[in-house]
Amino acid sequence: MATETLTLGKALNRGLRRALENDPKVVIMGEDVGKLGGVFRITDGLQKDFGENRVIDTPLAESGIIGTAVGLSLRGYRPICEIQFDGFVYPAYDQIVSQVAKMHYRSQGKVRVPMVIRIPYGGGIGAVEHHSESPEAYFAHTAGLKVVSCSNPQDAYTMIQQAVISDDPVIFLEPKRRYHEKGTVELDTPLDEAYPLHAARVVRPGRDVTLLAYGPMVRTALDAATAAEEDGRDLEVIDLRTLSPLDLAPVYESVRRTGRCVVVHEAPSNVGLGAEIAARITEECFYSLEAPVLRVTGFDTPYPPARLEEEYLPNLDRVLEAVDRSFGW
Amino acid sequence: MAKGDPAGATRGKRATTPRSRKASGKSTSTDDLVQLLTPEGDRIDRVTWIDGTEYSVDFTDEEYRNLYRDLVLVRRLDAEATALQRQGELGIWASLLGQEAAQVGSGRALRPQDMAFPTYREHGVLYCRGIDPIMPLGLFRGVDLGGWDPNEFKFNMYTIVIGAQTLHATGYAMGVAMDGRTGGDDGEAVIAYFGDGASAQGDVNESFIWSAVFNAPIVFFCQNNQYAISEPLERQTRIPLYQRAAGFGFPGVRVDGNDVLATYAVTRAALDNARHGQGPTLVEAYTYRMGAHTTTDDPTRYRIASEVEAWQAKDPIARVKAFLTKERIADDAFFAEVDEQARQEALNLRERVLAMPDPQPLSLFDHVYPHGSPEVDAQREFMARYLDSFEGSVH
Repeated sequence: MATETLTLGKALNRGLRRALENDPKVVIMGEDVGKLGGVFRITDGLQKDFGENRVIDTPLAESGIIGTAVGLSLRGYRPICEIQFDGFVYPAYDQIVSQVAKMHYRSQGKVRVPMVIRIPYGGGIGAVEHHSESPEAYFAHTAGLKVVSCSNPQDAYTMIQQAVISDDPVIFLEPKRRYHEKGTVELDTPLDEAYPLHAARVVRPGRDVTLLAYGPMVRTALDAATAAEEDGRDLEVIDLRTLSPLDLAPVYESVRRTGRCVVVHEAPSNVGLGAEIAARITEECFYSLEAPVLRVTGFDTPYPPARLEEEYLPNLDRVLEAVDRSFGW
Repeated sequence: MAKGDPAGATRGKRATTPRSRKASGKSTSTDDLVQLLTPEGDRIDRVTWIDGTEYSVDFTDEEYRNLYRDLVLVRRLDAEATALQRQGELGIWASLLGQEAAQVGSGRALRPQDMAFPTYREHGVLYCRGIDPIMPLGLFRGVDLGGWDPNEFKFNMYTIVIGAQTLHATGYAMGVAMDGRTGGDDGEAVIAYFGDGASAQGDVNESFIWSAVFNAPIVFFCQNNQYAISEPLERQTRIPLYQRAAGFGFPGVRVDGNDVLATYAVTRAALDNARHGQGPTLVEAYTYRMGAHTTTDDPTRYRIASEVEAWQAKDPIARVKAFLTKERIADDAFFAEVDEQARQEALNLRERVLAMPDPQPLSLFDHVYPHGSPEVDAQREFMARYLDSFEGSVH
């Protein structure tokens, strides 16, 4: 079995290459995805090897990308759309929410729209406005869409391929600040034997507190768990991986053991994923909880100028502060 | 039903097809409106559009009669739907009254392999595609969201968000080209329906750009019915809509949308250009919405009776009847037979609508995802238990 050390970005590239190889109906479309290989180089070299009909440089119009991908899907293609940055997805929001999400339902199952919409998301890269947002709640709120986020190179490689073969429309959120982090990737595991797309995973077992994170915050949560060891606290970290549907069975099992839970995400707290997760944990684990489910999130402000994002984004210290609060309840 | 071909509309040169025996012998050039049948029922043999394209049709008597039958049936079924709404049997209805020729002309111009992307008012095109006319009534009654199979009939689901379907049509057409299904007489073409209001939408303008850039085999068929609910055309554009095409890099043509023959000829020529790999065309079918936007609308608040009367004189069906009579292609017995068929089909439609069962409550959870969702499944189970908690519940 082939194993390689790859960055998360390169792992996505390899996964996309596999997807193009495996099915001639798979096409990649987006702004600058061809010759340039994407502004983050995630599609690097793919147009050269698969041609301009498989890796399509599109006009600069996000609604056009998603709307035409719907039409290509109806024609039997499996488009993978790249939205260049999180904050640029909104021109396509109507097509995603009103068309992509609803075609299968509207047609009583006669029509499928097997699309993947890749969105590099989240902050921490010192970017200008609209380049650091976390829009996952908008999509998780919409029935008919599935929403996932990878946190490491192995998941990036596997999950992108699983998303492509899924007939469900998938919003695929890529933690852009983790694109350059490396990890070992097992390349040849058949997709149906790989860890499932819509399943959470315990990435660090622990006894005292359940720490939930996804995408870019998984690394932050793991770092917090390492730091907490010095305080004699043993944190369990769960990578949610799938945001819609949520896979909370392993979370309930964990919280029933630990009695404490902290949810971490970059997106603002108000009506965010953390709120939904807290409500469900409260319903399922009410008698096991020693403290309320706490949230460590971005603030309910627009995303701030880059010189303030350190204050805005959850970090190791804010996670540990929440853990302390949970114990002090 | 099969229709004859238009007499070889050819860009930039005269067609060589022999003159139809039904034609007046009159040929014209126009920079305003392609018309082959005047409101008085006189045939114009051939018309040359400003770009040199010549349009004509060469139908047999039976084909002319069939077009008339289509127009009458489509109007009668539409009227029945309006009546059913007034009687509380439909939640709402979007009538096509006045636009029958635009829809039958373009709908019959489609070849079997062509794909259509409608708005929510294309009941006439739907009829031409062979779909049971009860289907849109199910949608407007609220028992489903559109029940036909888009792939079986090559007619996509109705799209209610204004203009969104033009991008779907463009993507589909890109797929046709990628599949190598253009370039010959058996090539495929796509038609996207929209209205004058939609012409202001970003999606429509993006679809113009995309189809031009990718040379997609598509016809943009704009039924300019002069109103977007209450707002007149002047609120959407400062220039004739067909002229927009030039800025995007493909031809635009305006046709008398109340003339079924001209609409057929222009649409068929544009579709054939597309299927032969010559890219998109914008067809502006100049027509008039004789009724309200939908049954919830009150057009007396925003337009005057004399305007409606002026368009009444351009009625799309009356002119065909006048032509058929003048040319002795049809007689009173034929017209009576068509009226009787229309009456029967409307009655049949009414009976079936009244018998339409409401959907089962738990079906609201069906088809949210092709692969399902444990969250939706859990809510379905909850709802089933909840419904069961009522005495005598049978869901």
